[in-house]
Amino acid sequence: MNTENEMKLEFDSRSCNEGFARVSVAAFLTQLNPTLEEVADVKTALSEAVTNAIIHGYEGKVEKITITCRIFDQTIEIEVKDHGVGIEDIRRAMEPLFTTKQDCERAGMGFSFMEAFMDTLEVVSSPGKGTSVKMTKKILHTDNRYER
Amino acid sequence: MEDNFQILGTYLTIRLPAEVDHHNSEELKRKADRLLMENNIHCIIFDFGRTNFMDSSGIGMIMGRYKNMRFMGGAVVAVRVNERMRRILTMSGIYKMMDIYEGLPEQSNLI
Repeated sequence: MNTENEMKLEFDSRSCNEGFARVSVAAFLTQLNPTLEEVADVKTALSEAVTNAIIHGYEGKVEKITITCRIFDQTIEIEVKDHGVGIEDIRRAMEPLFTTKQDCERAGMGFSFMEAFMDTLEVVSSPGKGTSVKMTKKILHTDNRYER
Repeated sequence: MEDNFQILGTYLTIRLPAEVDHHNSEELKRKADRLLMENNIHCIIFDFGRTNFMDSSGIGMIMGRYKNMRFMGGAVVAVRVNERMRRILTMSGIYKMMDIYEGLPEQSNLI
């Protein structure tokens, strides 16, 4: 399958929507015929991005988060966008174990997980201007893997 | 949710939900910490038996409980960990702080 396809989701930055976002993106992803592991990888990376938007971007305030998913060349591209506080030092934020919310018991592994589970990761942000996290993953052709 | 917490002796077993994310980690933290305050607990057992999803929020939740336990000289254990959950625990480095079992360890009569 080589057709392009796109979908967009907008929802409140409430933690109860994290599961909804994961399931929606996973459902959209199924048209690429992913393995269970690929689905789990994408769900984890997405969960990290959405959680970041809720905790760090909006700092608990209820605003809108937008997810745009695009499919092309057997690849899924996911963009998670918020209009929150933005990131001052993106490189530092992406360091493993770095967190600005130590008192909230954050592991500081969000971006590390996104990098580990996706093929590419691009973060665009500046203070006061919100954050956009764009990531892609190629879903390899594994035809008939479960049908043999 | 209450049924998911069980105390036997000085062991607290927490039966984790199917998905451990930021949303339900907050709830788990509150409940676990209340039980830790009210009881004399030396070991927390995280039961992953029905868990198929966990992100870094879950790691943060376990790390926080680990710190509490260490402070009191106790331990943290993970049981019934599937391959996916083991990968998440390994990636986060948290496996160095706790024993991880695919099935139930010998002290399973306490779970």
